[in-house]
Amino acid sequence: MDELRDKARELLQAGTVKVVIGHAAPSAGRRRPVFVRTPADAARLVHDEGCWHNLATYLTRPQVRRLGKPAIVASPQVLRAMLQLGAERQLAEDEAVALAVGNASSIRVLPTLSAVEEHLATVPDELGAAERAELERLSALPPAERRAFWEEQLGRCLKCYACRASCPMCYCERCTMDCNRPQWVPVASHALGNLEYHLVRAMHLAGRCVQCGTCGKACPVGIPVHLLTLFAEGTVRRHFGQRGGASARPEYALSTFRPDDKETFIR
Amino acid sequence: MSADFQLAEGSLDALFAAMTAAGRRIVGPRASDGRVEIGEVRSAGELARDGRHSVASAKVAAFPRVEKILSYRAEGRELAVEDPALPARPTVLFGLTPCEARGFGALSAILNWGTPDRFFNARLEQTTVVAIACTRSDEACFCTAVGGGPDHPGGSDLLLHPLTGGGYEVEVLTEKGRALVALAADRFQPPEGTARTAPAQVEAGFQMAEVTAKLPRRFDEPIWTEQSLRCLGCGACAYVCPTCACFDIQDEADARGGVRLRCWDSCAFRIFTLHASGHNPREKQGERWRQRLYHKFSYMPERLGVLGCVGCGKCSRACPVDMDLKEHLTEIAKGS
Repeated sequence: MDELRDKARELLQAGTVKVVIGHAAPSAGRRRPVFVRTPADAARLVHDEGCWHNLATYLTRPQVRRLGKPAIVASPQVLRAMLQLGAERQLAEDEAVALAVGNASSIRVLPTLSAVEEHLATVPDELGAAERAELERLSALPPAERRAFWEEQLGRCLKCYACRASCPMCYCERCTMDCNRPQWVPVASHALGNLEYHLVRAMHLAGRCVQCGTCGKACPVGIPVHLLTLFAEGTVRRHFGQRGGASARPEYALSTFRPDDKETFIR
Repeated sequence: MSADFQLAEGSLDALFAAMTAAGRRIVGPRASDGRVEIGEVRSAGELARDGRHSVASAKVAAFPRVEKILSYRAEGRELAVEDPALPARPTVLFGLTPCEARGFGALSAILNWGTPDRFFNARLEQTTVVAIACTRSDEACFCTAVGGGPDHPGGSDLLLHPLTGGGYEVEVLTEKGRALVALAADRFQPPEGTARTAPAQVEAGFQMAEVTAKLPRRFDEPIWTEQSLRCLGCGACAYVCPTCACFDIQDEADARGGVRLRCWDSCAFRIFTLHASGHNPREKQGERWRQRLYHKFSYMPERLGVLGCVGCGKCSRACPVDMDLKEHLTEIAKGS
């Protein structure tokens, strides 16, 4: 923790960054995103298991961008989100400094996306055991039971869009889900509206999801919506050998066109 | 405060059976997967009574997430418009916290401002509210700062006070409450004067009068941006709030006809105020956060004579990024 605070303080003191995006602990059991703008304030930073938000979601927020160049306390999931944002031209090469935290105790300062990519290559990339087990359990269910599971879960959805708002890859200012002229999907939070919203969200994150699970943790009513995006992500990885947040190169399986594609329907 | 009856713990199931037999749907807090939800409860055993707050609000009983307000179909060149039948299922909201019960007052004030809201009113008329006084609170609670309290009777038809040895003392507050007692009259015994479990200690944290006095001159201050930097702009706070009443109207239609739906909406959403021209009077998240607080703590008391907040803390608990309403109001009360 001391090292993190020291590095944050140094960056602010040197004027390298204007803000450090991290977590604070307002009380023992609570963790919240915090925006540290003075060297003295760096003492508020904490990093532990309780810090579950993917802070990269703030890198594209106008209100945060106005603060000036950021450093960001970065778990591997934050680093992956940064690369994916880079690939999608939402974050430039040296627009943010990553303070990489991980299992290794030492903090690494990564000033560019190239440095992030190089560092990430050394970090093991595995889905959590709990998520893997739950995905396997659901995949093994007969379709009718799996459908019943999701109908019950999504039936509780309030359509507050906390999953969308907390996701670093959902940065669009205007989302198709909100359109009512025309209405692409039902805007109302009834059974069909909820189902369509979550399926569209999963499809939009297929191959782009950085597997942080933030959407599921953000859900106020405890729907495991992250399982949907994890599943879609896994499917793209299996078929195209590509995953979200692996590189800042702008190439994406579901939107890349090649004249020599082996599928004939696309030509 | 004085009790009218005593209800033994063992009588709750008989009361539930009597309510069900009388055709009442019973809705209340129930434990589910480690959370407390609001949903149908068939027996007293299903009720969550461990003092935890439900995540969502019981307002859904009178103000559902989605409600059909009319339907229409094309008949030749004419359009036949049809009003839906008004909801008429008698409902008992059982085991709400007193803050939730008070929420219906604020909700009613805003939904009936100007034009009476016949959908909401029809549901509320069919609803009987049975609250249980709180014996536990948490750091998000601040009912005592907004005129309520852990055993406040406002909004309840019956208020149950837990007794130290189990069971409840019952305060009958309205005719609806009396009618509910009559369903199982033999179960409601004269009070024996058994000691009540002490109500929860809820620290107010701030003086509401200071907040309402200061808000009108703080409109242009940086505090709104500062407080809302971490706000993600989702609708969790509004959708779990017992007093948030904003809604949007959506049509779902094809060439033959359609339905018009009223759906919850939230001032935290960017498109909440987006004009057809593209102009947005509340372009920044800080402006939306400011609106949320002004509406609840300035405009509502000024225009409707009621605060738009019951201090339940649901918004703070539901917020994915720990926007803490009590902390933010305390900060506003302390400022110049």
